Amino acid sequence: MTAIAAHLPPTRWWHSRAVYRFMRHHLALVGIAMITLLVLACTIGPYALPYDSLHIDLRARFAPPLSGHHYFGTDPLGRDLAARLLMAGRVSLLVGFSAMLLSTLIGTLVGVTAGYRGGWIGAALMRVVDGFLSYPSIFLVLALAATLRPSPVMITVIIAVTSWMETARIVEAEVRSLREREFVQAARMVGLSRRHIMFREVLPNAMGPIIVAASLAVARAILLEAYISFLGYGIQPPLPSWGNMLNGAQQYLASAPWLAIIPGAAITIAVTSFNFIGDGLRDALDVRNDHF
Amino acid sequence: MSQPPMKEWQVERQIVDLSKERGNAKSRGLGPQPHDLTSLKGDFPMASDVQAAAPADVALSVRDLSVSLPEGMERAYAVEDISFDLKRGQILCIIGESGSGKSVTANAIMGLLPKAIRVSSGAIQLNGTNIVGLSLDKLRSLRGRVVSMIFQDPLSALNPLMTVGAQIEEVMAAHDVGTPKSRRSRAIDLLIEVGLPEPQLMYHQYPFRLSGGQRQRVMIAMALALEPAILIADEPTTALDVTTQAQILQLIRDIQRRKGMSVMFITHDFGVVAEIADYVVVMEKGHCVEQGSAEQVLKSPSHLYTRRLIAAVPHLTGKDRIALRPADRTSILKVECLAKTYRSGSSLFGRQRIVAAVNGVTFDLASGRTLGVVGESGSGKSSLGRLLIKLLDCDSGSILFEGRDIAALSEAEFRPLRPKIQMIFQDPFASLNPRSTVGQILTVGPVAHGMSCGEAAERARELLSHVGLDSGAFDRYPHEFSGGQRQRIGIARALMFKPKLLIADEAVSALDVSIQAQILKLLDQIQRETGVSMIFITHDLRVASQICDEIAVMHRGHIVEHGPPSQIFLDPKSTYTRELVAAIPGEQPANAPQHAANP
Repeated sequence: MTAIAAHLPPTRWWHSRAVYRFMRHHLALVGIAMITLLVLACTIGPYALPYDSLHIDLRARFAPPLSGHHYFGTDPLGRDLAARLLMAGRVSLLVGFSAMLLSTLIGTLVGVTAGYRGGWIGAALMRVVDGFLSYPSIFLVLALAATLRPSPVMITVIIAVTSWMETARIVEAEVRSLREREFVQAARMVGLSRRHIMFREVLPNAMGPIIVAASLAVARAILLEAYISFLGYGIQPPLPSWGNMLNGAQQYLASAPWLAIIPGAAITIAVTSFNFIGDGLRDALDVRNDHF
Repeated sequence: MSQPPMKEWQVERQIVDLSKERGNAKSRGLGPQPHDLTSLKGDFPMASDVQAAAPADVALSVRDLSVSLPEGMERAYAVEDISFDLKRGQILCIIGESGSGKSVTANAIMGLLPKAIRVSSGAIQLNGTNIVGLSLDKLRSLRGRVVSMIFQDPLSALNPLMTVGAQIEEVMAAHDVGTPKSRRSRAIDLLIEVGLPEPQLMYHQYPFRLSGGQRQRVMIAMALALEPAILIADEPTTALDVTTQAQILQLIRDIQRRKGMSVMFITHDFGVVAEIADYVVVMEKGHCVEQGSAEQVLKSPSHLYTRRLIAAVPHLTGKDRIALRPADRTSILKVECLAKTYRSGSSLFGRQRIVAAVNGVTFDLASGRTLGVVGESGSGKSSLGRLLIKLLDCDSGSILFEGRDIAALSEAEFRPLRPKIQMIFQDPFASLNPRSTVGQILTVGPVAHGMSCGEAAERARELLSHVGLDSGAFDRYPHEFSGGQRQRIGIARALMFKPKLLIADEAVSALDVSIQAQILKLLDQIQRETGVSMIFITHDLRVASQICDEIAVMHRGHIVEHGPPSQIFLDPKSTYTRELVAAIPGEQPANAPQHAANP
């Protein structure tokens, strides 16, 4: 009677309750759709548009949206705003994603090490986290951005370095509770090395919260990039980013409001979409939300 | 991994009926006095269909009850067409293994089923009133007053932020009974009634300060607050130690006799049934397979399932196990003066709490033999197991494994020796990594110790079929298996290395009795085939008597008695062992039945 039933098909991840719960989270699905659309538009959009983002046409300065082939109008130099918006989207989304990857990597490494090792190593690492958290990160970002040469790579690193702490704290707490579970004791029993247990046994079980934190981290990274670029310390023109497009739009707010509204809307859409996805993931990975 | 959506104490809140009118109740102040309570019984609202009024001596009558489960579950009904009567002044035991639907039945009677699970047909008559389909308000007025419930885990069933006294009074306040003053004196009376020491002091205590048995007594006091006619007890002693269990069973029986209450007692343990039941209902997979008087069901069970279940119940055997190879008595493990002390709290800030978990433990285990370590919770038996396999570091003493002291070795020095000492864990759900396939779980250790992947996989498949699993289990994830099957995977993992010493830490405690018997048989068979030595840690003396050559009884970190089962069970030397043996439910050790189920 103990031989398992042979007719059961092997379960796949997309059959899981978590996926089912995520699919029921309508806002998260909207978020996924919006992000997919944005990413697609930014990757292939610039090739489909009639104008290059750097093409200057002084005769068509301040063209309002939907004039001729300038769907979103033009800027003070007569450059096509749609093309610039999509090129800026590449930079902003790429910076957001890379900063998220880097900060999640740092946060996870620190969190797993601190949580699993515990003792003085764990305590020391978590005091480092506290130290970073106690420094107002926006000043740190601005100070670093002002002194270092602000290239997209540098901006990514700066954002990652100032935003990994939350992931570290989440992972540390999760790993500390996982460490006491019997399967970890069992892994020690069969003589696995500490590194193997930390990263191959414990870490996969902490992926849920990490993914949630990561999706929210993208939103924050995009916002931070926009913030420092808006203040002029971030991505430097002529390379467009949503933040420095807003910066350029400041003086024409009254005469050409679309210059601010369009990149602003792009930032809002991207950030809210990532936040929706984050909420959806959090609810999906929380078994307490399992209504029949 | 799934958690219940509601903590037990929140459910308990529902039962004791925290109605919204609590404030009004207080301001009105004048309710019926506690001793008038009995007059309240029976005057609850009449339901529409009273035509099927039960005979007067039946307190609770369940007729053709079916409870449907949501689609996509493993079966369509949680319980199907069950009928039974609880007579006044009797104790009815519902017995069944996990998944038999016994708790669903209790929750249906309390009207506490989750939304998705509904009573689809049948009737539940409480004192002649059908409560199926009764409105929430009417149900609430019945709960606590006519029927009351106690739960398995008294810690999660009590509100951690309220004092014991406040929680008992709340039950009465919720039903507008008594004045604050009369409620208080009634609460103290109840605390005396359930046998709690220093009731005045106990009244002001918070649940976390009490022991498990004391908490269960508080739960019983709460359930008795409104003098219900019917008490439903859902595995009330399962989470308790055997001596505490005996006391709580005694208490429930005493109170039932004194008050003439009717008790519906849900359990999975035939020992408990033998102790307490007047009438027994046996459930299997949602069906009632047999019912009758306790005498009849226990002595001459008619249904095959009942017979199998009774046969699977481990009994105390006064007989010693036949030694494997009597000639071979070389010592494999020699433990001397082993000690481990837990310190909680930092020594820098505030006081430290020091608990000696294992204190001066000394024993000797010959190869191919099984040593049982028995004791109640907190006796240090699990700590001892973890010390022996070096999942914990000891403070002092020595552990000579094959003549070499492993207590002093560092983790890195000990790693090459790990394959020789393996452990089977208690919780088959927590001890397998949910993110690894069974194949990965089995092979990861040997591969880390240098076995080739192919060889490890081959051995894993061999062992899976050896422990009674389909070799197709190799590519599946742990959650696809039942508890018993997972425990087999755990055993296969421990055997991957061909160990010399197996430590089984409560390896069968989380399993149903029939599964328990199979796993014990498997362990016995493995020992006979491989000659592995075993240390079998358990709280259940009946289980220990089945599989052990010698037994060490642990109490507060010490081994208080050590000897063959015949001595421990028939002629215990220490008082503690004597208490422990006397507390085993359903057994008279002097004339323990020599059952056919012995391995």
